Amino acid sequence: MSAPTTDEAYRRTLYGKIWDRHVVLQEPGLPAILYADVHLVHEGTFLQAFELLRERNLNVRRHPLTVSTTDHFVPSRRDLRFQDPATMPYVVKSLMDTAEEFGMTLYGPNDRRQGIVHVIGPELGLTQPGMVLVCADSHTSTHGAMGTLAFGIGTTEIAHTVATQTLLQRRQKTMRVTVDGRLAPGVFSKDVALALMAEYGTAFGRGHVIEFAGPAVRAMSIEARMSLCNMSIEMGSRSGLVAPDEVTFDYLHGREFAPAGEDWDRAVEYWSALPSEPDAVFDTELAIDASTVAPMITYGTSPGMAVGIDGTVPDPADLADEEAAALTTALEYMGLRPGTRLAGKKVDTVFIGSCTNSRIEDLRAAATVLRGRSVAAGTALKIVPGSQEVKRMAEAEGLAEVFVQAGAQWGEPSCSLCVAVNGDVGGSGEYIASTSNRNFQSRQGPGARTLLMSPMTAAATAVQGSVADPRPFVTSA
Amino acid sequence: MDKIRAFSSTLIPMLIANVDTDQIIPAQFVSSRTTEEFAHALFRNRRDRDPEFILDQPAMQGRSIILAGPNFGCGSSREAAPWALVAGGIRAVISTGFGDIFNNNSLKNGLLPIVVSETEHERLRSVAAADPDVEVTVDLPGNTLSVPAHGITIELRIDPFYRHLLISGMDELDYLLSHVAEIEQYEAGDAIHPTTRAKLAGR
Repeated sequence: MSAPTTDEAYRRTLYGKIWDRHVVLQEPGLPAILYADVHLVHEGTFLQAFELLRERNLNVRRHPLTVSTTDHFVPSRRDLRFQDPATMPYVVKSLMDTAEEFGMTLYGPNDRRQGIVHVIGPELGLTQPGMVLVCADSHTSTHGAMGTLAFGIGTTEIAHTVATQTLLQRRQKTMRVTVDGRLAPGVFSKDVALALMAEYGTAFGRGHVIEFAGPAVRAMSIEARMSLCNMSIEMGSRSGLVAPDEVTFDYLHGREFAPAGEDWDRAVEYWSALPSEPDAVFDTELAIDASTVAPMITYGTSPGMAVGIDGTVPDPADLADEEAAALTTALEYMGLRPGTRLAGKKVDTVFIGSCTNSRIEDLRAAATVLRGRSVAAGTALKIVPGSQEVKRMAEAEGLAEVFVQAGAQWGEPSCSLCVAVNGDVGGSGEYIASTSNRNFQSRQGPGARTLLMSPMTAAATAVQGSVADPRPFVTSA
Repeated sequence: MDKIRAFSSTLIPMLIANVDTDQIIPAQFVSSRTTEEFAHALFRNRRDRDPEFILDQPAMQGRSIILAGPNFGCGSSREAAPWALVAGGIRAVISTGFGDIFNNNSLKNGLLPIVVSETEHERLRSVAAADPDVEVTVDLPGNTLSVPAHGITIELRIDPFYRHLLISGMDELDYLLSHVAEIEQYEAGDAIHPTTRAKLAGR
């Protein structure tokens, strides 16, 4: 790994500019005290943090900067969703009580603003360029698509942030990942993320903040950028970033918590000065050519165990010690043999959802495949929108009807089958084609086998009942 | 938190790449309450599926240092991962690199994430393979990891600030709270994000 850049060099990067403006105090040799503009809280990780706050007799320091919602444990099944809050899962009920006790803003299970924390932040305009945003969830990196320095924290750090609006951080190294060329039809930012890990592994971003740059990133919508930044944690980096541009400003304009009037003009001026300077130097540089990326599928239990749709499962014999051991264990778990072709592999369930791919564009991509077609016999398709707002839009656009007519289950906004703690859970040995972010052992249920892919690939897979290339559906659409 | 001094143990070899925090503690157990519950949750899905899982082998009982493969603790930010490891009697994990969030969470809970070079890791692997019951000593105040029987001494690379906290039993929150004046100054100053300034002003 290269030596850290000089102070002058990092200051010319997007990351350096945001970092410098958020350092409250930097004592020599110590981590910096970093200010957080937004702290998002969810029911999955908050519990012990607020116990600590009670013990120390501390309250929420800045209520306007602290927002909570329920996403991990709330049921996606409609019949379970509108039940008496008292019968909700313990942590959901407990967050509701805690929010009341501390006077904390909460978008509860059936609030019109409720949704997966990384979907609602940008959607409500809470996430803005140049901010520091924290949340005790590793996929907080998602918000980096807005030009926001966003990273996952632990439960102890929730308490620190609630009580002081700050937390202790060491400055990270800088990395630029340039995505050249352009994506072919039927290929998405999710595929770029998986292709990057197939090439460079799942630790290449460790200790770094990754800035995604290059023409293919500039051409991406904000939502596509979110899917890419979402996966930066799987690359080992707590934060992914994309420089804010007109696409970002257009996305934010008019959103509920976005600045308005004179505040908007002032904010745009502030945001426009954030991008890395043309001569900025990064600690590490990587590149990938988008035009060579095919629809990607994972075959193992780490997101880097991925190949193009036409590829085959690799052989552990070709790898070094620990990687070979990991692959052997993974293939045993997955019930796959080296040399197997993934296209055509039968799946039991298809899941379209999660903070990676549950936004309106993801659902539109799935709908282009599902319109007028049916889910294959013997395969279940579950589609769970990322937020109440996404759900409303999908219903207004007629997408929900397309899904239901194709034979899909249409769920209530939640993390659902990505983390499998809300009652949606895969069976042992079951193959699940999933648009989520992690194919870890038992992530989607004890013994469940995950194949990660983009929403369009997942939709094609649901129609065929086995892993399918989405590209023919694009040309015939 | 208890102050950390030197301790010794034989090694638990868990030489597999990318052991993620979902494996360390499955999501359904993250809201466990007691030490017993966290200890039970540790690697639960792995243990339920594999009776030979390393932590359940009789020879491994009572050991407190894991010799792990690369990228240990990747994935989910759940602080329950170090909680479960500590509840299960683990005091240190040795790897060539850790998930960044796991690394931070561990340091807040008295679990030492010890980063060694590829060469050092290889040396420890071969020692552990040849001499499975060899004693390893972690001396945080002395800043070393050593295998006295084989003449190995490795300097620890733990962030000096956290090393100081762990040795002294001090708490990060106390440090932050001692700087409330600077935080207030920042909130009233020019550097703060314009939207945040507006929100704090009640707009």
